[in-house]
Amino acid sequence: MKKPKNEVKITFHSRSVNERLARSIVAAFAAQADPSVSVLADLRTAVSEAVTNAIVHAYPDEMGKITMTLKLYDDGRLTVKIADRGCGIPDVAEAMTPLFTTGGEERSGLGFSVMESFCDKVKVRSKVGKGTAVTLYKTLTEKGGESR
Amino acid sequence: MTVKIEEADKTLTAFLSGEIDHHTAKPAREQIDYAIERGGADVLRLDFAEVSFMDSSGVGLVMGRYRLMQSRGGQTFVQNATPPVMRMLKLAGLDRLPIWEKEEKKK
Ligand SMILES: Nc1ncnc2c1ncn2[C@@H]1O[C@H](COP(=O)(O)OP(=O)(O)O)[C@@H](O)[C@H]1O
Ligand SMILES: [Mg+2]
Repeated sequence: MKKPKNEVKITFHSRSVNERLARSIVAAFAAQADPSVSVLADLRTAVSEAVTNAIVHAYPDEMGKITMTLKLYDDGRLTVKIADRGCGIPDVAEAMTPLFTTGGEERSGLGFSVMESFCDKVKVRSKVGKGTAVTLYKTLTEKGGESR
Repeated sequence: MTVKIEEADKTLTAFLSGEIDHHTAKPAREQIDYAIERGGADVLRLDFAEVSFMDSSGVGLVMGRYRLMQSRGGQTFVQNATPPVMRMLKLAGLDRLPIWEKEEKKK
């Protein structure tokens, strides 16, 4: 993969107020490529799901750190990597099954399904006791918008 | 996000506005459940007209209230779902639940 033309990395605490913050940061970063309103909405939703999972599932009983890395490429592709050092996922394929949840009543088990239908591709790497990294791939504009 | 609750003729309407995510859904559902449990409404209406963002936490919000009303022998309706809200509810298969009135259904 070619080098990104812009890259941002931020680390924040696993506090639920940061769900909104993460969405705002991604939207502001992606705006450089001048995406459509609906592409931006999809991206915000997918990021919200991944960040919420890191907050809710990765660190169930403690505060932890979450790192979000944003990379924008010349051809208009964006990647967002959301990484935690929490509990990890024992069976990633099972976790990604629609409706699968370990989260009880108010969780729908649809987070991964939403990420997959709102992005071009979703990659998950996880190790029990070490943490999880979810990478979202999304093409923002076919030509890449402004190339500055 | 904020929730404004109106009650009339055994119908409780919750006007939701702003962004619905895991952080905001918790106080919202507590507020709605409190109103359901305190009053004797037979019908709950969830109004999404002013909702600008919703992730899958909103699905849990609707499903949880639907189940609570059902356990009390009541009904739940979703009204004024904006396109992003509708998309999320459809993705969750909620367009197959009896929570839509004729004009609303399958926008
Ligand atoms: N970052 C993470 N760390 C640990 N477990 C996770 C993480 N992300 C997802 N999971 C697991 O995958 C399951 C499915 O996630 P998701 O599809 O978002 O549904 P939900 O969040 O509603 O449970 C979660 O219930 C949890 O068990
Ligand atoms: Mg989730």
